[in-house]
Amino acid sequence: MELTLWTYEGPPHIGAMRIASSMKGVHYVLHAPQGDTYADLLFTMIERRGQRPPVTYTTFQARDLGGDTAELVKGHIREAVDRFKPEALLVGESCTAELIQDQPGSLAKGMGYEIPIISLELPAYSKKENWGAAETFYQLVRGLLKDSPKSESEHNPSKWKTEGRRPRVNLLGPSLLGFRCRDDVLEVQKILAHHGIDINVVAPLGAAPADIIRINEADANICLYPEIAESTCIWLERNFGHPYTKTIPIGVGATNDFLNEIHQLLGMELPKQEEEDGSQSRLTWYSKSVDSNYLTGKRVFIFGDGTHVLAASRIAHKELGFEVVGLGTYSREMARKVRDAAKELGLEALITNDYLAVEEAIKESAPELVLGTQMERHSAKRLGIPCAVISTPMHVQDVPARYSPQMGWEGANVIFDDWVHPLMMGLEEHLIGMFRHDFEFTDGHQSHLGHLGGHSTEKETKAPSFYQEKVQSSRPEHFPHWTPEGESELAKIPFFVRGKVRKNTEKYANQIGCKEIDGETLLDAKAHFNA
Amino acid sequence: MSGASLLKETGPREVFCGLTSIVWLHRRMPDAFFLVVGSRTCAHLIQSAAGVMIFAEPRFGTAILEERDLAGLADAHEELDRVVKNLLTRRPEIRTLFLVGSCPSEVIKIDLARAAERLNSQFNGKVTILNYSGSGIETTFTQGEDGALKAFVPLMPSSDKKQLLLVGTLANAVEDRLITIFKRLGIENVDSFPPRQSTELPSIGPETKVLLTQPYLTDTARVLKDRGAEILPAPFPLGVEGSRLWIEAAAKSFNVDQSLVTSTLEPLILRARKALKPYIEKLTGKKLFLLPESQLEIPLARFLHMECGMELLEIGTPYLNRDMMKPELDLLPDKTRIVEGQHVEKQLDRVRKNQPDLVVCGMGLANPLEAEGFSTKWSIEMVFSPIHGIDQASDLAELFSRPLHRHDLLNTKQLTST
Ligand code: SF4
Ligand code: SF4
Repeated sequence: MELTLWTYEGPPHIGAMRIASSMKGVHYVLHAPQGDTYADLLFTMIERRGQRPPVTYTTFQARDLGGDTAELVKGHIREAVDRFKPEALLVGESCTAELIQDQPGSLAKGMGYEIPIISLELPAYSKKENWGAAETFYQLVRGLLKDSPKSESEHNPSKWKTEGRRPRVNLLGPSLLGFRCRDDVLEVQKILAHHGIDINVVAPLGAAPADIIRINEADANICLYPEIAESTCIWLERNFGHPYTKTIPIGVGATNDFLNEIHQLLGMELPKQEEEDGSQSRLTWYSKSVDSNYLTGKRVFIFGDGTHVLAASRIAHKELGFEVVGLGTYSREMARKVRDAAKELGLEALITNDYLAVEEAIKESAPELVLGTQMERHSAKRLGIPCAVISTPMHVQDVPARYSPQMGWEGANVIFDDWVHPLMMGLEEHLIGMFRHDFEFTDGHQSHLGHLGGHSTEKETKAPSFYQEKVQSSRPEHFPHWTPEGESELAKIPFFVRGKVRKNTEKYANQIGCKEIDGETLLDAKAHFNA
Repeated sequence: MSGASLLKETGPREVFCGLTSIVWLHRRMPDAFFLVVGSRTCAHLIQSAAGVMIFAEPRFGTAILEERDLAGLADAHEELDRVVKNLLTRRPEIRTLFLVGSCPSEVIKIDLARAAERLNSQFNGKVTILNYSGSGIETTFTQGEDGALKAFVPLMPSSDKKQLLLVGTLANAVEDRLITIFKRLGIENVDSFPPRQSTELPSIGPETKVLLTQPYLTDTARVLKDRGAEILPAPFPLGVEGSRLWIEAAAKSFNVDQSLVTSTLEPLILRARKALKPYIEKLTGKKLFLLPESQLEIPLARFLHMECGMELLEIGTPYLNRDMMKPELDLLPDKTRIVEGQHVEKQLDRVRKNQPDLVVCGMGLANPLEAEGFSTKWSIEMVFSPIHGIDQASDLAELFSRPLHRHDLLNTKQLTST
């Protein structure tokens, strides 16, 4: 049993719903009790969709359990097929139905329908949403392509040359309730079109079963969201010989690498101008602009899904000149990659589902900016640290009306703005530094962006709360203690660097074995770290 | 019984399960904690329905069952004890802990009553541990509150004092207001259930007269009756008339002089009618369709018809307790179509055919209906908003006229061109 107050991912059948709802002509019969219908609101309210997800729930009740639930399932399947006339039917169960073992998938297959029926077995007590989405997409593609001739030895990604046509690729992985997927697809499509590469199929987002059947007419696959499409890409490679891209084009460097990779896969030459790094995105120049000097070494903490944290750590470190002080993910499937990335930065990755553990880690590493999910936004707010959201789980705020991709050149521009705006701008930070003795720039200074500005983290820690107590009690006995004089010296330091100074001073005091921190210790520490 | 035509429907439903009522119960009793023993789905449901992220310290959580808990039931009990102990050490301020049953815990038959008993003896009075079911195979939406209150009843002290007990969660301000009105009528002993602190349970006995404030408390009403209380039959306190009849039911039972009742309520009623006026103009003649969800559908429809002049196309309700609803049904016009249960697809077909001006529905259905051109109102808003009592009647009407107003604002061109 795991105690959760909040969870980053829903159960696996929510992942299946994401695939079904992303597509056209697919219907999902879900054996589930009535309360599970709440899931519709994820699509109709959070994603603001004007259609209900194409899901028929059997909504069985306790009194049905004594009788023939199998008949009930069949009745719902029959009605759903008659009413919605899908081109393909997904059949599965939620956690409760899994326990009563009706096997709705085989029931459906026995009903004699002509349409393809994909039976989903998504273990609800051990797996989660992204896994469920990946498995559903994989089962669906496999189910629809099972009669296609296998041709792995013959597939040649450069065949377009001899056939006298433009190369074409599939974009795999974008789905509803994915972070900015809608705009990512447009952006990647735009970039590929610019390079003379056509899109064969985008799936699951917007695809119909008939499109899935055309998947192997492409020269190569682009795995846009490995959480959802990697297992499918691997299967397509194994069965049809389709190569797929491994780079996710988020950030200037990654977009370049991605273009290189796809050109190579297709046997194309990358035009020279692309190689001049980042001429296409403003991020590169904005980051070099003198105003951005203040970004140097800003301490950032990164947490979210695997794909977005990997991209974020590269951008933070290589393109914005930040110092990454924490890196983690809730995507266990991507734990290895995230661990490797963390190691390269000299960090240990945080792989967890527990948002309180993430909050503790944020506090411990005292960052100046958090890049996280909506939950980290709340944690950061409590700690008085600015935050930008980079990953699912979805919140209505993450479905903006404006065009705001994360991928490609425009994505890099969006990221620059989204990450930098929660911070003070360079010019401002300089001015406040220069005028810090002015009465206007005392502790009360608050950001119009809502971060706690003057509220220092230490004030927050005084609020009684169980997880904070837990943090304190886990601190070692010899943890240095601030004298009132030390505290008042610390208070003179501008708030935006105070957290860092506190942290460094404590680290220094620990190193030299000093138990009490006064004003002198603070100055010693400053000298020590400057030296 | 009235001339309403009562129909039953079965098929796919689109209703929240009883777990959802945790969302308002935890606000009512800040010293209580609600621990769902369930699956990741249950956790995701409360998170999605409650917008958990807005609470820094939610007073509810889920003990998520995992593969190994399913394997051996004895272990599940040990695991539950461990989780509860952890929780209570981390949150020493908790006075009452509700173990809330879910579909999975019921299907695999985890005996939460036994678990509560065991944990109660371990915690020895420091914390009270109770259990009830909020599962979707047993309960819909608001029925969870019924379960939670019913679990409290055996703990209520007995008393022979003559008193009025208001039963059902109300907004604090509304409750204070209603109690003031009863005091003006000379009814001094008024208590409410659930209390604002889980440890301050009201007493109960043969001289207790109960006024239900919410229509979904069937089981609670029954066990209160078993403790000797008298449930006063009345419509529910929504709208001017409903509230007046509801207050009068208590006044009658406490032998309050009718002239005092009239002189106390009349000014309130006049003021409320005046406040209602602009909304009546907006609502009158408009066609209303209520999909089943909160159990408030019948009293709401009665108010919107009787006092606001709306035309009732259909009233859906998840289940119908004919006894408890009789005073409401009597006030409805003949042939009002009341549908108990649901077949969501057929119901939506009827919505499309009947072309209502306003649809009251669950959160999952609202935007798709808006996209088809219907104005909608979320049912769940009614269980969060202070809508009870004479003084709130105009606020209640405003909730329904706002979507129509908005519709006019945004569709003026369309309206004038037709
Ligand atoms: S319907 Fe059952 S399984 Fe689903 S959320 Fe409600 S209690 Fe949990
Ligand atoms: S808080 Fe003040 S200084 Fe900072 S960004 Fe807002 S307005 Fe500018």
